[in-house]
Amino acid sequence: MKLTKILASTTLAATLAFSAPAFAEDSSQPIKIPTHNWSSQIVMAHVIGGIFQSMGNNVEYVTADSQAVYEAIRNGDVTISHEVWQSTFGKSFYNAMEKGGVIDAGTHAATTLEEMGVPKHVIDNNLCPGLPNWEALKNCKDVFKTADSGGKGRWLEGPQSWHGDLMPVRVEALGLADDYTVTFAGGADALWAEIASAKKDNRGLIVFNWTPNFTDADGFVFIEFPEYKEGCRKADGGDGSCGSPKGWLKKAANYKFPKTHPAAYTAFSKISFTTKQIGQMAALVDIDKMTHKDAAKKWLADNEAVWKPFTQ
Amino acid sequence: MLNSFKQSKLQQFALLLVVFITLCWLVPKPDDYKYLVSAATSNTGSDNWLWRLPDLIAWLPLWLADGINYVMFDWITVDVYNEDLEENESISVVKEITRSLSWFVLFFIQTIREFLVGGLKTIVTFTSWDFINDNPWAKLPGLPWTVVTGAAILLGFNLGGRFLAILVGASLTYISLFGQWEPAMKTLSLVLVAASISVVFGLLLGIAAYRSKLVEAALSPVLGIAQTMPQFSYLVPMFVLFGLGDHAGALATIVFATPPMVRLTLLGLKSVPSEVVEAGLMSGCTRRQLMFGVMLPAARQNILVGVNQVIMQCLAMVVIASLIGATGIGDDLLKALNGLKLGKAFELGVCIVLMAITLDKLSLAWANKPIDYFADLSFSQRHRNKFILLAILAAGVLLALIGRYVFGDGINYFFIIDTNKGLTTESYLDAGIDWMVTSWFQPLEAFKAWVFVDVLEPVRSAFRGMPAIATFTLVMGVGYIIGGVRSALVVGAYLLFIALTAWWDRALTTAYFVAIALVIAGSLGALLGILCARSNRASKVALIMCDTLQTFPSFIYLIPAIMLFQVSNIAVLIAITPYAMIPALRYTIEGLRNVSPALQDAGSMSGVSRMQRLISIELPLAFPHIVLGINQTVMFALAMVIIGAMIGSTEDLGELILGSLSDAQGIGKGLILGLNVAFMGLIIDHLLNTWARERKEALGLA
Repeated sequence: MKLTKILASTTLAATLAFSAPAFAEDSSQPIKIPTHNWSSQIVMAHVIGGIFQSMGNNVEYVTADSQAVYEAIRNGDVTISHEVWQSTFGKSFYNAMEKGGVIDAGTHAATTLEEMGVPKHVIDNNLCPGLPNWEALKNCKDVFKTADSGGKGRWLEGPQSWHGDLMPVRVEALGLADDYTVTFAGGADALWAEIASAKKDNRGLIVFNWTPNFTDADGFVFIEFPEYKEGCRKADGGDGSCGSPKGWLKKAANYKFPKTHPAAYTAFSKISFTTKQIGQMAALVDIDKMTHKDAAKKWLADNEAVWKPFTQ
Repeated sequence: MLNSFKQSKLQQFALLLVVFITLCWLVPKPDDYKYLVSAATSNTGSDNWLWRLPDLIAWLPLWLADGINYVMFDWITVDVYNEDLEENESISVVKEITRSLSWFVLFFIQTIREFLVGGLKTIVTFTSWDFINDNPWAKLPGLPWTVVTGAAILLGFNLGGRFLAILVGASLTYISLFGQWEPAMKTLSLVLVAASISVVFGLLLGIAAYRSKLVEAALSPVLGIAQTMPQFSYLVPMFVLFGLGDHAGALATIVFATPPMVRLTLLGLKSVPSEVVEAGLMSGCTRRQLMFGVMLPAARQNILVGVNQVIMQCLAMVVIASLIGATGIGDDLLKALNGLKLGKAFELGVCIVLMAITLDKLSLAWANKPIDYFADLSFSQRHRNKFILLAILAAGVLLALIGRYVFGDGINYFFIIDTNKGLTTESYLDAGIDWMVTSWFQPLEAFKAWVFVDVLEPVRSAFRGMPAIATFTLVMGVGYIIGGVRSALVVGAYLLFIALTAWWDRALTTAYFVAIALVIAGSLGALLGILCARSNRASKVALIMCDTLQTFPSFIYLIPAIMLFQVSNIAVLIAITPYAMIPALRYTIEGLRNVSPALQDAGSMSGVSRMQRLISIELPLAFPHIVLGINQTVMFALAMVIIGAMIGSTEDLGELILGSLSDAQGIGKGLILGLNVAFMGLIIDHLLNTWARERKEALGLA
């Protein structure tokens, strides 16, 4: 062990002496990229990992919870996060930043939307005429009712830990409380299962969803609520009768990353994907049934013109 | 009159029920009471303590979180110069200690993993990343799957003969051909390390408990809590203390897997015959020699059954551990579910079951294989297996090299079949689920409406409408009738803890789920068990079904349940029932089949019919054992309610436990919520165990 170490350090010293870098070089320690549980994020992790590798960096992929990851970045267990969604993760992101250890590494071109909506078949088959305008909901609660919704139409919201009372407040503020009730799903899987089941059965369903997402490929229509204005949410002092804002999609990094891997950090801060590109990455997995790794390889091969400039 | 009341437990229970109902009637639900669906911070309702106790320890979760974070990150800090940052940074000593432990565990996992499937981190450990960058050849190649499978077959043959060899070979070949070799081996490496650490810990704790009554008494409640606490509730602490990754998954697995090892070690040591101990003492053994040279070998079988239990527990944690970074099959399975790839998830679930069956049968065969201390073997006999192993290695490597030539740039089927590139039955499975949803959903609508409106909703409001004083009276009263003052105080203390946290209402909702699941799963399991116990073959098939269902990751049937029953309490119950049914079925069959044949013959000779024999002889004798099964059913149901929260709409403790996972500050919340669930389990466990023990003694079975 000792011998190899000495050998290694001599080789290292030799290479260093000959290459004599003009800039500080990236450390050879691996960059730890988190993978969460939705396809676009995992493919993008491998795409960004591929970009780093093309620059001669070592990378490592770590499975992490999408909320807890910011604490992990703070502690250095994870180096970056490449999909920070404004409304879902904004709070965790800024909390971690406030405690120190996390930096903002720029914003993607893609804008995001996290909102209640209906699967496309609901619009195509005109199950509730007038949608996606929210006012149409007033006349079709029966289309959306379920066995346990007490005769009301049901809004299927994500887990309570995602947005708290946002949707119940909105239902109340829009005057829909007599006709609609909110049910909290246990996780994203539950939302997809309901969407798939509703589609097979041509059934009405109001469900929380977001874009870019793999459901984009099948068609998903977001309900148009009264436009979001600064301060319209209850938490900000408003009555809550507004829809969700178009959100940003940011990148985050551990505060040491720019110092340890200056070149990789520069590339990472330049990386900016559009909604379409993120959709492509997800579709390679969800529609073309490729593995995440293969999808990333294919995307990198097909889109050199997009990502090469980031590295220069 | 009074005397007969003292004698008859039935009359006592009847009186208790009357008192309970009167209390419910006397303390009505306050008008301003509203069940808090939002992330509840306190119980609502009036200040009436008979209705709800005040949440006096609602501060505990936050205090715990702050405390752990302080010790972890701010307690003892040292300023260290960081070369990369070119400035001093303060480093927490405690964090460095826990992270070194993580590093240690991770190193073992990685080394085993890279021997099995290849990689370069082991070499990095002994050199550096720079060395790897400069020497691209420096990585472990991994073993061809044929070699690992061959070695496993050899092991199976030696431990259990031809049948076991075929079983092991077929399982591993299936995993390989279906393209899950790499994730399976990743999981295996984690399981091997976690299981080894659990076994060592378990042995040491078991020995300590055997030597000191004090340790035994202190350990007993800790083991109880570790076994009943939902695994989700200690995932956040693991991740805060040890960081994300395979090591955190392994450590969480160890918490879950160690208790049975401790219990079985203790049991094994206690049942060593005193003659054996005395023989050891007479030959002049020291304390240590006596333990390691005499007692542990004498307790071998119990200890090895403990090893078997540890392995099974580890495999049961595979999916949950992947929530904090464990890679392998569990991780792939969760990702498949997230993308709604049910067929894939099902195949992965089958692979976990196959791994579990393989490891289960191998370790049981090892436990049951007698050691031949007097065998006189020749050199070739003693080393035969080593030669065969070498031959397998050579043949496998040769085959892999040939494969590289035959398959060219494609997948080398003789080396390792790439993940998800093997055979698959995905499309058929998905089509099957499609068919199920399209053809069953509508017919089920009326049934769902009935179940919800006429069964679930009334039961749920009844549970939530119970005043605290009535709940306490009922639970402590049952404790008193079954086990006297001591039992009443024990269960009362558990209950008091729950009542003083902010989550009493939520606990009542969890109790509602468990109660309904218990009625359905308990009666179905017992009934099925009675039917199966009539025939040898049916019993065997049913027990194999139990093994399979128990290791099949329950996450998978959450999704079809949602597709058919939507996000609703019904779906949650449908998901709980098959899993909770397992112990009821298993214990009923075991209980009935263990009724001594002499007693059965005696019955038959007195001329009873089959039916009479079942009702008057077999069932009463098997009943205590069946009650233990019911006890396990409650435990399984509790565990599954928490997982069922992944469906949604539960509004119970599980929903909050899952929520605490996504919250780095959730460390205290998760632990206290977990304790609430554990205490609910321990109340039932205490009551049913006490009762079954007394009953067994009365029947002369114990």
